Amino acid sequence: MKAVVLGVGNTILADEGVGVRVIEAFERDYAVPDGVAVIDGGTAGMELLEPLSRLDFLLVVDAIAAGKAPGELVKLVGTEVPVFFRRNLSPHGIGLSDVLAALEFTGDSPKETVVIGVQPVSMELSTELTRGIAARVPELVAQVADELSARGLAPIQKVGVGGTA
Amino acid sequence: MSKRITIDPITRIEGHLRIDCDVDGGRVKKAWSSGQMWRGVELILLGRDPRDAWTITQRICGVCTTVHAIASVRAVENALKLEIPLNAQYIRNLIILAHAVHDHIVHFYHLSALDWVDVTSALKADPDKTAALAESLSSWKLNGKHEMRAVKERLAGFVNGGQLGIFTNGYWGHPAMKLPPEVNLLAVAHYLQALDVQRKANKIVSILGSKTPHIQNLAVGGVANAIATDSQSVLTVERLMAIKGWIDELDDFVKNVYLVDVAAVGAFYADWTKYGAGITNYLSVPDIPLDTKGTQFALPGGFIENKNLLGQKQIKSFDDDFWGKGVEESVKHSWYDYSTQQPLHPYQGETKPNYTDFQDGGKYSWLKSPTFYGKPAQVGPLARVLNMVSAGHEPTKKYADTALKLVSSLAKTQVGIDALHSTIGRHAARAVGCAVQVDELANQWNLLMANIAKGDTKTFNQPVFPKGEVMGVGFHEAPRGVLSHWVVIDDGKIKNYQCVVPSTWNACPRNEKDEAGPYEASLLDNPIADPEKPLEVLRTIHSFDPCIACAIHLTDKENDTSVSVKVL
Repeated sequence: MKAVVLGVGNTILADEGVGVRVIEAFERDYAVPDGVAVIDGGTAGMELLEPLSRLDFLLVVDAIAAGKAPGELVKLVGTEVPVFFRRNLSPHGIGLSDVLAALEFTGDSPKETVVIGVQPVSMELSTELTRGIAARVPELVAQVADELSARGLAPIQKVGVGGTA
Repeated sequence: MSKRITIDPITRIEGHLRIDCDVDGGRVKKAWSSGQMWRGVELILLGRDPRDAWTITQRICGVCTTVHAIASVRAVENALKLEIPLNAQYIRNLIILAHAVHDHIVHFYHLSALDWVDVTSALKADPDKTAALAESLSSWKLNGKHEMRAVKERLAGFVNGGQLGIFTNGYWGHPAMKLPPEVNLLAVAHYLQALDVQRKANKIVSILGSKTPHIQNLAVGGVANAIATDSQSVLTVERLMAIKGWIDELDDFVKNVYLVDVAAVGAFYADWTKYGAGITNYLSVPDIPLDTKGTQFALPGGFIENKNLLGQKQIKSFDDDFWGKGVEESVKHSWYDYSTQQPLHPYQGETKPNYTDFQDGGKYSWLKSPTFYGKPAQVGPLARVLNMVSAGHEPTKKYADTALKLVSSLAKTQVGIDALHSTIGRHAARAVGCAVQVDELANQWNLLMANIAKGDTKTFNQPVFPKGEVMGVGFHEAPRGVLSHWVVIDDGKIKNYQCVVPSTWNACPRNEKDEAGPYEASLLDNPIADPEKPLEVLRTIHSFDPCIACAIHLTDKENDTSVSVKVL
């Protein structure tokens, strides 16, 4: 079993960086089993081709413009996933969507892809999340752990960490 | 009857670029290039510790992470007059060169080849003839019949499955597509192989940079890599040997596939040597420093005015005033205001947004308009190669000659260096430059190994921040051209920070004297066969390898290119 938890987003545009902030918090609080990699993808493109090749499970964490109320959590599965990338709902769709399209052509696509995230409040220039979105980070961290556990890849909460929930 | 074409956004690039053209009689008569994103990273940096700037600037863009990190540490080191250890230079040089090779391969095969290659035509190709053609051009190991048959089968399965996926946005069957089916199939085969090869370049960056896409090993004063010949956790001989293996694989692909493919495409599209020259003032900076101060470089740079290769003036060092005093930026046609009605030097640069609407004769872009001694300048692979040729750099002359001879023999006509001032010439120059870079990659690896063998394991010099104000510029010859970061430091904190990025030089709006920028000028007189499908505009714009993701904005529009045509 090979899985990647990929946090994407731009950390200098406030809530746009929530995906990266979630995986930072997740890595601080949890140790992952063998076969699972946690990657800060930023707004990268083709550099991700290698780490995203031939995965059993890809979990993307991102800011999602799904027309929901700001701060609402969003989860996309199955056929919603390609629509998400094609419609460029991700603010930085071009890089990652190109990588996934290339993997499709070479036959190396992840067997399962799930996208979790949150409707952003602000995309203004700032290295900090807005308060409302920062408050949702612990839930998203817990959700990352749950998604992995559901696939037999349960991460282990680090001792001495106060817990994120 | 004149028509206005608006392409918004231009696809297969990083960032949001809008291009407008007035077309009359099947030719572009006037063009506007408009960056549609506000970039304010400079404001985030004010008041911060200069040692942290590079980790923030590498978040400006998803493609150019490494290059902003390099330019940033160089700017702070320049302000402090801080020398860095030789090992640190060599390790940075390896990262710079591996990143550049990666970037050029991806740009040609994955971001721009589809402007010239008709994927659907490849389905009509005879794979055995394709292999015969390929083997006549190059000794590359993956040009055989079995390979070409397998690629055609994969492509047919993909297209017949009803989803074009990565090929969705192409102008298939466009009258300006000229390659025979066999050449199209060969290009698709190499497109796939390039996907695999580019990973090797990226592995070099990730091992040396500790991580990718955002490297973690830089520091103001050197690099954070510890060098040891006997430890597992640091840069070991074993890891260095793995890097050498990947360099050799990249070398094979760049010289036997990339350079050859560009020459072949160039020969079939020889008419595109007549279009797209635009601004022929060429600016590049020297890079790949060979000493601790940045006064000797493996790759020269300089300024050429109006195609005059013999009149080149070289830029000699990180401290060269000819460079430092020549740069200014105008906002006359940009959505910013300055406190004066003059262009400003980056040390005095201001970042105050003032959005108006798109005004043909007024403000119409988020990009500023930089000039070198008051003149617009083209930057990037063509500027780099012409400046290296002018400076007498032998490897560049050799690969330029190889490429032009191959084009001449395939096109059955004499093609000289003058042909490089064009849309297709920029692709050729990028491949020539990439061959030079892959050689230099091996050279820097040898220099690093030799220096370690001498017992030198130093990688870092401690920076010391003085009281009061200091300023510095870090320049870097990035894949897309001259990148410079300008920093003013006051009592150890950032007081001003300006990034003048390559795509600002090329994609800029008109300047203080209302002269067009390189994109705008290069589009003049381009043919347009069908205004609804302006493939020719994409060809010229993509040849610069645009990258203007200096920030990201939220969108929920369809990701397809939107072209609108209006009768004027």
